[in-house]
Amino acid sequence: MSVKAYPRKLDVKNGRVELSHGSGGRAMAQLISDLFHQAFGNEWLARCNDQSAFDVSAGRMVMTTDGYVVTPLFFPGGNIGSLAVHGTINDVAMSGARPLYLSASFIIEEGFRFSDLRTIADSMGAAARGAGVYIIAGDTKVVERGKADGLFISVAGIGLVADGLDLSADKVRVGDRVLVSGSLGDHGVAIMSKRQNVAFQTEIVSDSAALHNLVAVMIAAGGGGIRVMRDPTRGGLAAALNEIAHQSDLGFHLQESTIPVKPAVAATCELLGLEPIHVANEGKLVAIVAPDSADAVLAAMKAHPLATDAADIGEAVADDHKFVQMTTGFGGRRVVDWLWGEQLPRIC
Amino acid sequence: MKYSDEFRDKIIAQGLARAIDAEVSSQRAYRFMEFCGGHTHAISRYGLEDLLPANVRMIHGPGCPVCVLPASRIDMAIRLIDRPEVTLCVYGDLMRAPGSQGQSLLRAKALGADIRMVYSTLEAIRLAEQMPGREVVFFAIGFETTTPPTANMIRIAESKRMEGLSVFCNHVLTPSAMHSILENPKIRNTGGVPIDGFIGPAHVSTIIGTQPYEPLAEQFEKPIVVAGFEPLDVLQAILMLVRQVNQHRYEVENQYSRAVTREGNRRAKGEVSQVFELRDQFEWRGLGLVPNSGLKLKRSYAKFDAETRFAIHDMPVADNPACECCAILRGAKRPVDCKLFGNICTPETAIGACMVSSEGACAAYWTYGRVRDERVRQRS
Repeated sequence: MSVKAYPRKLDVKNGRVELSHGSGGRAMAQLISDLFHQAFGNEWLARCNDQSAFDVSAGRMVMTTDGYVVTPLFFPGGNIGSLAVHGTINDVAMSGARPLYLSASFIIEEGFRFSDLRTIADSMGAAARGAGVYIIAGDTKVVERGKADGLFISVAGIGLVADGLDLSADKVRVGDRVLVSGSLGDHGVAIMSKRQNVAFQTEIVSDSAALHNLVAVMIAAGGGGIRVMRDPTRGGLAAALNEIAHQSDLGFHLQESTIPVKPAVAATCELLGLEPIHVANEGKLVAIVAPDSADAVLAAMKAHPLATDAADIGEAVADDHKFVQMTTGFGGRRVVDWLWGEQLPRIC
Repeated sequence: MKYSDEFRDKIIAQGLARAIDAEVSSQRAYRFMEFCGGHTHAISRYGLEDLLPANVRMIHGPGCPVCVLPASRIDMAIRLIDRPEVTLCVYGDLMRAPGSQGQSLLRAKALGADIRMVYSTLEAIRLAEQMPGREVVFFAIGFETTTPPTANMIRIAESKRMEGLSVFCNHVLTPSAMHSILENPKIRNTGGVPIDGFIGPAHVSTIIGTQPYEPLAEQFEKPIVVAGFEPLDVLQAILMLVRQVNQHRYEVENQYSRAVTREGNRRAKGEVSQVFELRDQFEWRGLGLVPNSGLKLKRSYAKFDAETRFAIHDMPVADNPACECCAILRGAKRPVDCKLFGNICTPETAIGACMVSSEGACAAYWTYGRVRDERVRQRS
């Protein structure tokens, strides 16, 4: 006679997370095996060790970590789970690395619905499988009601960089081109459209996507011409370019009319007093590329389904003040500064 | 984007810029104040100053309600939310406005105060309905444009017999502030206010009309053009001001005729006058005490007045003596003339009115305009 591991099935349909699901006992073991292992299923997790061992080839590796505290947890185009996987993969990929493995820690508020947790975990599993990476380590903690906003997820990722590839902001030179992979602000606007106090109707969905395949195509097309890449998440394109400007001791000069923005995003930003260049993206990148390689890289981007609207929006310029400037659609010139603070809390 | 792109057309802008260039006299300077932060934002956002001749200078006025709210009023709000029964509803950009001694609503919230960011008065009503037993206070702020919604909210609260909703009223008036700018004796003694004309705020005039500016134009002999907030509106208003100056006229003209009339919105004005009355004076950050420039609730609505209901009183706080906002707001000095600018006064650590919100003169200059000024380059 076979003995059931757990006498009662996890009631995913109606049940909720209780403190016991984080206390190291049988309830936690059941949550991990019945919910997370099913969603992420892979040979490493199946061994149920406190860690996962894997072989690596010789070379350079990259590692990143990111916490996800998005509100609301579900939004048009994704949820906190898919976002956590895509976001971490993108942080790895911006180095030019091929992402390999992820870990995921869950801090769950007591009372959280199992059904929501399963949807989120399934999205993570699907996002990871879609990207060809594996979630091979995890952790679950449950905190009392009121101590967390539903669910926080922390994800770390590692990847492997090809020989000879070393993308870095200090390699940017005057005259380099600024390429973006598509329309800006989609993720931030999709999130805002579902916030309780500003809810509005829009067809805009989050651009949340894993960009490592796009990066691989760009590197193949650009040779050594790609200096540095960033995914402009919080703070948007403005923050990403100001960061690079400070790290490279150069400035940037953009042409506003060339920056791709969807009309619905532009309209929403107009209404809320925001600018699309400050709004978060989760499936876009900005690349600084040597002028000789820029056309080839841009053509490769446009041929990739995640970057059909890619555009060359400006260039690196000598500037002791490391300003990002923009010629407006109107013909005048202005500074594009970082945001002073968070304009709307917790977008990603 | 329909209904906005038409007012942002580069070709028309270049035509207006050429017309301004052709009509200005090289023999004189033209100094125009855009009173309202909305215009300041448009000028900065679209880089309009680059399209103007060198002898046309825009002076950023005090028309940003968050900027001119004095520290004492923030202190009052903080005293209000010290009471455990109070939930305070505020517009988001008020959160960073500085009170005295480094206080702000953002800091108070971090220390546990129940402060909710709202986007409209209706949200405050909804919150009050959702939280019976709580004292929900709406932090009412703004010029004539935002006053009718507050009046309307109080009338709704009255008709619904809502017990837990009140208003902390900080509404201020545009014409009184313009008068104060032109009449300040300190500035007058140093050769007069160097302003040749005003761009008047569009949205304010959708409520009050253009008529209230007529006595000002006549008394101080300054042309005033009420203009919309799109970049083409602003350029056209500048051209209209240049023409008035050249022809020695000082009239009130209406560029924003698609929404503004001479009389304004009678129904909104009626609603406001039913609920509010003038304060004898109200303190403005940067301008000091300005007579007849603020509104308070009428005695018949006292139960909705948070100042009465919770017996909180104004305790004036002196502005930083080195702060040059008073002169900057009148065009007598520029942001870089202030010792505090960019040193201890930055958008993150605002001290003066002009740095507090992104629409303030110093903040706009910091965010968009610095690059044009060699003096900032030398300093840093």
